[in-house]
Amino acid sequence: MSNPVIRGVFSLAKTACEVMRRCRTLEPNIGNTGSTHKLPTGVFMSTQDKAKGFPLPSSVKVVPGTEAAQAAYPYHIQFAPEDDQKFWFYNSMHFPEPMHAFDMVTAEAAYCALGAANTRVHCLPTTLGIDHRIINGRVYIGGNGVTDPAEIERRTVEFQKRAFYYYENWETLYAQWKVKMLKLIDDARALPSPTLPEFEPLEHVHAGRGVASNHDLLVTYQKTLEGYFRMWHHHFEFLLLGYGAYLVFFGFCKKAFPEITDQTIARMVAGIEAEIFRPDEELRGLARRAVELNVDHHFKEGLSADAVLASLSEGGPAGKQWLDSLAKARDPWFNINVGDGFYHYHRGWNDDLSMPFAALPDYMQQVRDGKSLHRDIGKLQEERVQLIADYRELLNSDEERAAYDQMIGLAHRVFPYVEGHKFYCEHWYTNLFFNKIREYGALLSKAGFFPEEADVFNLTHYELESAIIDLMNAWSSGSPPRGPSYWPPIVAQRKAAVAQWAKHDSPPALGPIPDVIDDPAIVMLWGITRESLDNWLTSGDEKNSHEVRGFAASMGVVEGTARIVKSVDEISRLQRGDILVCQVTNPTWAPIFQRISAAVSDIGGSMSHAAIVAREYGLPAVVGTGNATSKIKDGQRIRVDGGRGVVTLL
Amino acid sequence: MGGKGGSLGELTRAGIEVPPGFVVCTAAFDRFIDALEQRAPVRSRIEVLDSQDLDAIGVVSRELRARIEAESMPDELQREILQAHARLAVAGVAPIVAVRSSATTEDATDASFAGLQDTFLWVMQPEDVLARIRSCWASLYSVESVSYRRKQNFPEAGVAMAVVVQVMVDARTAGVMFTRSPTTGDKSVITIEGAWGLGSAVVGGEVTPDRWVVGKITGEIPVRDISDKAIRHAPAPGGGIVDVDVEPDQRKAACLSDDELLALRAVGRKVERHYGRAQDIEWAIDRHSGRVMLLQSRPETVWSNKDAAPVVTPKADPRMHVMSIFGGIK
Repeated sequence: MSNPVIRGVFSLAKTACEVMRRCRTLEPNIGNTGSTHKLPTGVFMSTQDKAKGFPLPSSVKVVPGTEAAQAAYPYHIQFAPEDDQKFWFYNSMHFPEPMHAFDMVTAEAAYCALGAANTRVHCLPTTLGIDHRIINGRVYIGGNGVTDPAEIERRTVEFQKRAFYYYENWETLYAQWKVKMLKLIDDARALPSPTLPEFEPLEHVHAGRGVASNHDLLVTYQKTLEGYFRMWHHHFEFLLLGYGAYLVFFGFCKKAFPEITDQTIARMVAGIEAEIFRPDEELRGLARRAVELNVDHHFKEGLSADAVLASLSEGGPAGKQWLDSLAKARDPWFNINVGDGFYHYHRGWNDDLSMPFAALPDYMQQVRDGKSLHRDIGKLQEERVQLIADYRELLNSDEERAAYDQMIGLAHRVFPYVEGHKFYCEHWYTNLFFNKIREYGALLSKAGFFPEEADVFNLTHYELESAIIDLMNAWSSGSPPRGPSYWPPIVAQRKAAVAQWAKHDSPPALGPIPDVIDDPAIVMLWGITRESLDNWLTSGDEKNSHEVRGFAASMGVVEGTARIVKSVDEISRLQRGDILVCQVTNPTWAPIFQRISAAVSDIGGSMSHAAIVAREYGLPAVVGTGNATSKIKDGQRIRVDGGRGVVTLL
Repeated sequence: MGGKGGSLGELTRAGIEVPPGFVVCTAAFDRFIDALEQRAPVRSRIEVLDSQDLDAIGVVSRELRARIEAESMPDELQREILQAHARLAVAGVAPIVAVRSSATTEDATDASFAGLQDTFLWVMQPEDVLARIRSCWASLYSVESVSYRRKQNFPEAGVAMAVVVQVMVDARTAGVMFTRSPTTGDKSVITIEGAWGLGSAVVGGEVTPDRWVVGKITGEIPVRDISDKAIRHAPAPGGGIVDVDVEPDQRKAACLSDDELLALRAVGRKVERHYGRAQDIEWAIDRHSGRVMLLQSRPETVWSNKDAAPVVTPKADPRMHVMSIFGGIK
C-alpha cells in the first residue's frame, strides 16, 4: 500500500470520499507468509515490529478515581485479557470526546448494524464486522478480517447474489428505503411524551384500556430504543456498498490521473441537490424573505434568537408571515445537529436556534447588497457534466473510457444514498431520539432522580430502563421511588469521570501492529493503512512543531487569526476574516462560512460537509488534522494552505 | 527550417503570442557550408570519425569550428539577414535579440536533442548577430554534437541548422511549463516552473525555480512550492547575460501570481491542442507589458513514448468492478 497521508481516524458515516482517497491501493494480503504469523483475528503481526508497537489493551490503566464510572459500561465492551491479541484503534473520528454512559448506545447500535450488514446480510467476502471496546470514555474498535481463501470464495458467491442485487436495483431499493425511513421518523414523532398522571385518565378507564400509564412509560422507552437500533440497520443497508462503488471510481481516477485532487473527484460524483445543502439553502431563503418582507431590522447583532422571535411576533403581519416561513423551513430542514449524531449535547438547529440565527444577519446584509444567494443548480450541473467529459477525453484509449463510463455510472448511482442518508439518520432521527431521552430525563429529574434533565445521559441505556421501572413501580405501589437516594452520587461521580477523561490523551491504537490492513471496511471507513499506523507511532516527534497537516479540502492560501471554536456557543467569538479552527466539521456550521476566511478542523475529510461548503464559498480549508484545536492557540496567526493541506503557525 | 524555427512560426499562426523574429533557414546554412566545402572538405571529415574516438573528434571539431567562425557569409545572405534584423526594430530602436540554434535533429520527438547547440542571449549589435549565427552553426560541430551524431549514425548530409533570431523578452519572470506531469505523466495537470528574470537561469539549472501544479481542466493550483531564488539572469550592459542577486524580500516571494499561472495554463492548453500532444514550453512574462510570451515549444518526449497499459478495462458486468474493493482482488 502506498498511501502516505493518513492521520487521525476517520468516519464511517462521514462520507465516502474522504475515506476513498485513502485507499489508493487496497491490496489484499491473503496467504501472506514471510516473517509474519497469523493471529486468530486475521491480523498479521510482524516479529520485528514488536519493539515499537502500540501499548497492549491490558497496559492501559483506568484514570484513578474513575474506576466506578468505567465499570458502568457493559461487561462485553470492557477490555479483556484476550483482547491483547488483537489490534485496536481509537475511533476518534466519531468519538473525539469521552462518552457519557448513555451515549455509548450510539456505538452499540451502529456497530451492531454495521456488523450485521457486512457479516450476515451482504456477506462481504474479506471482512466480518467490527468489535468495540471502551476505556476512559474512549471508543476503540477492531475489525475482523476474513483471510482463509476458501471462506473468501464461499462468501464471494453469497456477496454477488446479495450485493449485486442491490447495485442492480439501487434506485428502487433506495426509494423504498426513504419510505421506510420516513415511516420510522413518523413513528418516532408519534411516540407520546412520558408522563405519569396522579390518577389514570377517566377516558382510559371508560374505554376499558386495560393498561395503566406507567406501562406506557416502559413501552415508549423500549420503542424509542427499538427505533434507534432499527435506524442504524437502515443506515447500513446501503452504506458499504455505496462507499465501495464510489471507491472503485476514486481508485481509478487516482491511477489514471495520479495528481488529480480529491476535490475534483468529489465534484465529478457529488450531488448538487443533495439534502446536505438544504438547511443552508433554507436559511438563505429565509434571509431573502426577511428582506422582502422588510422585517430584517428585527435581527440585530447580539440579540438572542428568542428575543428576535419575540420581536417578530409583535412585528405585525409581515413578522407573522416570516415566522410562518421559518416554521415551514424548520420542518424538516432544521433537524440537523451540530455534530455527527454521536453525542447527546450536539443539539439540533430546531432545539437551539442560535446557530442558524447567528448566520441570518450576514445573509441579509448580502441580500441588501444585491448579492444573489441562490445556487444556480443548472449551471452547477452543466459544470459537472463538462468536468466529467473533459477528464474522459484525457484517457488513453476507448477501452479505458468504457471502463470509466461504467465506474462513474456506478458511482453516480450509489451517491445519492451516500450523501443523503446522514440527514435522515444521524441528524433527523438522532435528534428525535435524544430529545425523547431528554423527556425521560425531565421526568426523572422532576421525580428527584438527579438534579438536571441532561443528567439522564449519565445512565447507560440499561440503567435508564431500570430507573424507569423504579419510577413505574413507585407510581404503582404508592411508595417513593428508590432512585432519588441511589442515582445522585453516581451521576455526580460519572460527570466528574467524563471531565477527568477529557484531560487525558488516549493512545491512537492498541495491541500488535498488523503488517497490512486488508480489511476493506476498516480501510474504507476509517482510512487506516499500515502507513497511517507508522505515522501514529512517529507522531510524537516534534520535527514540525510549527506545522499542522491534514487533508487538502479546499484550495487557496490565507493568513489570519485563528479562532478556536469548540462549540456552537462560541460562534459569536468569530470576527469577520478569522480562521475557524474547530474539532468537527459539520453542515450546521455552513452559514458561518460567510464570515470566516478559512477553516481548519481536527476531524473530517475532503468530502466532509465543511469541506464541501468551504469549496462553495471559495474558502481555503484543511480538515482532518487530528490536533489543530490543541496545537493552535486561540488568536494565533496562522497560514492555511488548503491546496496542500498544511497549516503553518506563524 | 529547423525544429524551433518551424514550431515558432506555427505558434504565431495559431494565434499564440510569440516574440517577433525571423529564421535563418537551413538553406542558408547549406549555402554557407557548401562554400566552405569548396575550400576544404567538411562533411566527409565527420563521417569517417568513430564516435568513441573523442580525441580525433576534438581535433576535427576545433578545426571546423574555427573555419566556420572565421568564414564570412556570402554577401547576399548577409544583406538579407541584416534587413530582416532591421525590420524587427520598433520605433527606430534597434532590436535586442536572442540567437538560437534550431537544428533539424533537435526537438524531434524521437530524440530529445535539446541543449546540444548554443543559444546567445541579449545580442545588441547587428554585426554580433551575424557572428552569433555563425557561432550557432559552429556549435553543430562541437565535440558533443558530433559524437552524438556519430553515435546515432545520422547522415551528415541531412544535418543542417536553422537559426532563430528573435526579439528578446525582457522577462520579469520566466521558466518552463509541461502540459503533463513530468513526474507522473498525469495528463490532467500542467506543471509550471519559473524564477525571476530571464529564463536561462531556470533552463540552465542555476536557480531552483518556484514550482506549481495547475489543474489543466479545473484551474485549481494544488501544489505551490516557492523556493529561495538567490540569483536571476539579467541583461548585461554591453549584451549577454549577468547573474544578479535577487533583492532579499523577493527571494522567497512567488514569482507568478495566480492570474499569471492561469494565463500560462491557457497558453499551454492552446499549444497542446494545436499540436495534439503534450508540450514542453519555455515562456516569459514581459517586464513592461506584463504579458505572457511563449518562447518555444516542443513535444514532451519522456511520457509520450511510454505505452501505458489501460488502468482498468471494461467488464461485461459493470458491477464486477466493485470486486476490486470487496473481493480482495487487485
